[in-house]
Amino acid sequence: MKPQTKQKIAFTCLGLAAVVVIIPVIVIFVILIDKGISAINWQFLSTMPRMGMRAGGIYPAIMGTVYLVSGTILVALPLGVLAAIYLVEYAKRNWWTRMIEIAIVNLAGVPSVVYGLFGMGFFVIFFKFGASILAGSLTLAIMILPVIITASKEALMSVPHSFREASLALGVSKWQTIRCVVLPNALPGILTGTILGISRAAGETAPILFTVAAFYLPRLPKSIFDQCMALPYHLYVLSTQVPNVKESLQYGTALVLVGMIFLLNLVAIIIRSHMRSKKQW
Amino acid sequence: MEKNGFYSMRTSALRKLKTTMSKIETKNLDLFYGSFHALLDINLEVEEKMITALIGPSGCGKSTLLRALNRMNDLIEGVRITGEVCVDGKNIYEHGTDLIGLRKKVGMVFQRPNPFPLSIFDNIAYGPRIHGIKNRGELEGIVQKALSDVMLWDVLKDKLDRFALNLSIEQQQRLCIARLSAITPEIVLMDEPCSALDPMATQRIEELMFELKKNYTIVIVTHNMQQAARVSDKTGFMLLGKLVEYGDTKQVFTTPHEKQTEEYITGRYG
Ligand SMILES: Nc1ncnc2c1ncn2[C@@H]1O[C@H](COP(=O)(O)OP(=O)(O)O)[C@@H](O)[C@H]1O
Ligand SMILES: [Mg+2]
Repeated sequence: MKPQTKQKIAFTCLGLAAVVVIIPVIVIFVILIDKGISAINWQFLSTMPRMGMRAGGIYPAIMGTVYLVSGTILVALPLGVLAAIYLVEYAKRNWWTRMIEIAIVNLAGVPSVVYGLFGMGFFVIFFKFGASILAGSLTLAIMILPVIITASKEALMSVPHSFREASLALGVSKWQTIRCVVLPNALPGILTGTILGISRAAGETAPILFTVAAFYLPRLPKSIFDQCMALPYHLYVLSTQVPNVKESLQYGTALVLVGMIFLLNLVAIIIRSHMRSKKQW
Repeated sequence: MEKNGFYSMRTSALRKLKTTMSKIETKNLDLFYGSFHALLDINLEVEEKMITALIGPSGCGKSTLLRALNRMNDLIEGVRITGEVCVDGKNIYEHGTDLIGLRKKVGMVFQRPNPFPLSIFDNIAYGPRIHGIKNRGELEGIVQKALSDVMLWDVLKDKLDRFALNLSIEQQQRLCIARLSAITPEIVLMDEPCSALDPMATQRIEELMFELKKNYTIVIVTHNMQQAARVSDKTGFMLLGKLVEYGDTKQVFTTPHEKQTEEYITGRYG
């Protein structure tokens, strides 16, 4: 075979692979919009479910997901960034650091249902938080910590060493150097990673199943010790646990969930491209 | 008894005399990167308000020695140092040395200009701000003085909010020197400050060094022998981690005492 022919075949295969990747994305969106858009209106987004979830809106599920996501950010972002700073800026290259890094890699590979069980055992039962927004947020936070730590580490490491040297050589302490030079330059990368982690947390069912999610709770939670509804679990309930639900209701809920995650990812993409256009070192 | 007292008085007077003479003095300085012996028994005296040049082939330890003078090597894992480096007569490797104070006093200019990705103003104000100056007017004064020091004020006075990384390389290097002068150090260490610059820019930076010499003690590392011959008062020649020869620049370049120095300056090491 001529090299040119070989190359052509290779290019075609690569192109096909790329197409195969985007087909499911397009199909999912088309189906969701086709079957779900009719359910979506202001009332659907802003009212409580009625008649055993067969009618009415999904307001508490949307708000529940917002609360859970906020709680998760509040816990996971500072913890993850501090851990990354420690690992990149302070930790010596020794077996202890290796152990921590291996633990992080392994945490990233743990199935989400295991996080759910861990959260139930640890936060719900051991710490007696009960099934609550607090327990759910903590569980989700632990699940996405590896993502945030890894992204933050990469963002910190991509800040040129020469910036640190320049700052230290001006008689600036290490911590001030990290705060005033390293962190501001790493922030876009950290935020991008955080948002991607968060968008994963927003869509997961298993970790919230035993730790916070309410089957049917047509009111908003009053404190972080209350249970709440959440979009992914509500979708699961509508699809499998409640008979005779209108299809458009199920697809409408899915569309809202996917739309929220899509928006989060879009923010991450915008931050990243903005950062790339500004970055000049 | 009396003789002893007299003797000790005399030595302390001598020591005093000596410290007023040399701004930096290294005593039996050895440095290891892990098991690699990078500096061997360095004894160097840097005099105040003079330019001291360190020359030698690449890899001989010039940067390592320079970075030992403000403890920048501390950042590298696995570095071990024995001996003393005295700045104004005080050993900076003594336990409990104030690193922040040391580096405010002994500043450094790097091989590649490394301004922060901030505006020109914020670059220069960075050090003073962190060291506690918050007043805008005061900062403006400092920025003006620092930029004037490096002869950039007239060019940049209307562009202080421009992004520093858009300046030319030469201007960036000047900006880095200005950033340093804003915290009023006493000693400026320069590690091949012109290696990224073209010959004209190099010449202008050398002129700047003559200006700076009035206020600062300068130690410059260069692999460019002509540059050392042009700008420096004292020259040290290093080879394989040793300070082979150290003396007045004129003497080192015209009548070197050591054979290796002669071979190097006549171009046998390249
Ligand atoms: N961080 C480091 N770790 C290990 N060896 C180093 C390190 N930095 C420099 N060296 C070694 O120390 C020697 C001197 O380096 P350097 O001081 O940079 O030389 P110069 O500035 O004269 O070119 C070289 O052999 C170099 O390989
Ligand atoms: Mg060097």
